[in-house]
Amino acid sequence: MSLLVALPFLIPMVAGSVSLLAWPSRRAQRAIAVVGTAGQLIAAVVLLVVVWNDGIQVLAAGAWPAPYGITLATDLLSALMVLMTGITGFAAALYSLPTISSRMERNGYYPLMHMLLAGVAGVFLTTDLFNLYVWFEILLLASFALLAMGQERAQMAGALKYVVLNLFSSAMFLSALGLLYGLAGTLNMADLAVKLPALDDGGRVTLVSMLFMLAFSIKAASFPLFFWLPASYHTAPVAVSALFAGLLTKVGVYSLYRTFTLVFTEDVPWTHGWLQVSAGFTMVVGALGALAQTDIRRTFAFLHVSQIGYMLMGLALFTPIALAAGVFYFAHHIIMKSNLFFLSGVIYRLGGSYRRDELGGLWTARPWLSLVFLVPALSLCGIPPLSGFWGKLLIVRAGVDAGSGWLLAAVLVTSVLTLLAVMRIWADVFWKAAPQDRPVRRAPLPVMLWVVTVGLAAGTLWIGFTVEPLWALAERASAQLLDPSAYIEAVLSPELP
Amino acid sequence: MRRDLRSSSVILKAAAQLLLPLLLLLSLFLLLRGHHEPGGGFIGGLVAASAIALHLFATDMRSARGVLRVDPRSLMGVGLLVALLAGIVGPLTGGPLLAGRWVDLTVPILGELHLGTPILFDVGVYLVVVGSVLTFVLTLAETGEG
Amino acid sequence: MSADPWLVLLIGGLYSCAFYMMLRRSLTKTLFGLVLLSNAANLLIFVAAGVTIGRPALVPDGLQAPEGLVADPLAQAFILTAIVIGFGVLAFAVVLIRRAHEVLDVDDFDELKDAEQ
Repeated sequence: MSLLVALPFLIPMVAGSVSLLAWPSRRAQRAIAVVGTAGQLIAAVVLLVVVWNDGIQVLAAGAWPAPYGITLATDLLSALMVLMTGITGFAAALYSLPTISSRMERNGYYPLMHMLLAGVAGVFLTTDLFNLYVWFEILLLASFALLAMGQERAQMAGALKYVVLNLFSSAMFLSALGLLYGLAGTLNMADLAVKLPALDDGGRVTLVSMLFMLAFSIKAASFPLFFWLPASYHTAPVAVSALFAGLLTKVGVYSLYRTFTLVFTEDVPWTHGWLQVSAGFTMVVGALGALAQTDIRRTFAFLHVSQIGYMLMGLALFTPIALAAGVFYFAHHIIMKSNLFFLSGVIYRLGGSYRRDELGGLWTARPWLSLVFLVPALSLCGIPPLSGFWGKLLIVRAGVDAGSGWLLAAVLVTSVLTLLAVMRIWADVFWKAAPQDRPVRRAPLPVMLWVVTVGLAAGTLWIGFTVEPLWALAERASAQLLDPSAYIEAVLSPELP
Repeated sequence: MRRDLRSSSVILKAAAQLLLPLLLLLSLFLLLRGHHEPGGGFIGGLVAASAIALHLFATDMRSARGVLRVDPRSLMGVGLLVALLAGIVGPLTGGPLLAGRWVDLTVPILGELHLGTPILFDVGVYLVVVGSVLTFVLTLAETGEG
Repeated sequence: MSADPWLVLLIGGLYSCAFYMMLRRSLTKTLFGLVLLSNAANLLIFVAAGVTIGRPALVPDGLQAPEGLVADPLAQAFILTAIVIGFGVLAFAVVLIRRAHEVLDVDDFDELKDAEQ
């Protein structure tokens, strides 16, 4: 059934509009949030199963065939990303229930969350660059509002940088769209993949592709345009920053993956060479930034930037194993990173601060929680047998195969720096004795916080101990990216009823 | 800011009173005309929203909200649902998403009507635009008063 | 089909003004820069897709397709969509900058640094 392709964004759209109608009742909004995100998760699971078994799924809206109509398509990469959206969305909705203030609920927190999830799913499913722009703006608008909602000093300052840089990136994206449309006369990605090689353009397409790279790199927070991320992520409520950490930069990275495998492959050494440079610097600079922080959420935000570098490296090396490693890293990272942000919220609840120097004593006071924290934290460092280890191992192997010595050096340096940053958090927050004036709070944690953090940690453990399923998925996704003929054919000649 | 709103000129007040029904009618005309000719839900919604915004500038917040009678945010919700409904009609009748479906109705007085899902979609867009523009304008005006 | 040189110059002018404004430290000027930038991008799509004067892509009564050479309606649809989105996003940015001015009482990006912690 082709409608299935649209369900991952239709469900949050319906949930969002019903949530708008249920404005006066906070309880109804909360119920809708859980049901809506659960529905999106279920639709995503079904979609992934269908794509795995039956291949690429396509939906031509209104039966208008591509490139004239709006076409949606999912290959394995899209389906996997949609699944990750579903997981993060559901986790964030559960985490929001006991943590989001009633003031934010009254200001439209839940409708905005649904809008964000619809936008993210839309980005992953569309086949048209212009529609990609539209979905981007939908999710950006929602994220702007979510970020600025608290209206505290830090939030306003963070939100301003975030908004200005993202608006700039959108304008660059739009300019690139205009130029590309002028060159090729189409913006459907499958159609572009067919038409661009036939175009004798003297490198102009490559030039335009660099503008796309700029726009997507800002959204992906890669070097040198990453500074909006550490300035803004830590200012939002925990559920929001976890949602952002899981999804927002991923849409940028996903767009790079999609366009620079399908559309812009005219001059791979040049374009992907720049991606390599960006990937290497992103890793190292992000990790260095993390070391300079005392706020744990800021540390995680910088480490997040650093790991965008790993994902970019997968694309930049542009070999089957590198792309598969990148896709693997993608999936593992979303689960692990959103969990770390959720956990930093739990730490704040217990210790009353986000600063390493003001925290301490969690290991003696909360041993179980500390163990839960260790799972994503060690996974972030790449300690075997957790998911991060496999992700890094695969990327290193791809780097060795491609003979890219300096990128490998960057990966290794980054690993050491990341380990250092995480161990400093561990030593200060968990091992150090609690400060005299700030004992760890004894009050029990809301059940939902346990459900979310333990659930995501279990996901990290599952990926780590049974590497095979996700790796098989990543390998097939990478094969589809490198040989896009099936995708192109599915989009351009769908079976119309 | 509040004083500015109150001390708006007599001419503006009188004109707004006259213009409000006219502009709302025009917005409906634009919405329906959009079925086959230039026009449509977006531009219609903008005209309606600016009519109410004009009323707001000429009088005060409460009477502008009074013209609406409903919360603009619910308008957004209803509009989105209507537009989604228009999209779902396709799959429900065995076609793809957003497929156009039409019915011919004979209504007394109005005569033969050729109605389809595109106009339903446009009505949804109209409501979303009115709702969202007014939410923006009213929020801005309220922060200005506070 | 070559683009009107005046339009091209206008677009260049808009982009350079936008960049100049965005490089200022003032929040309000940056906002104006963003407004100019989104307009410049819209005009760029318009010109890049080819300017066809006076031939809207409307099908006359009784025909199945428009007659003769018509302007590309897709580019116009892009611009319309981009204007709508730009309007929404910039309206939000105005509200945000206004609120930020109330809360932070600064109009200078450099002074934002302390507020972030």
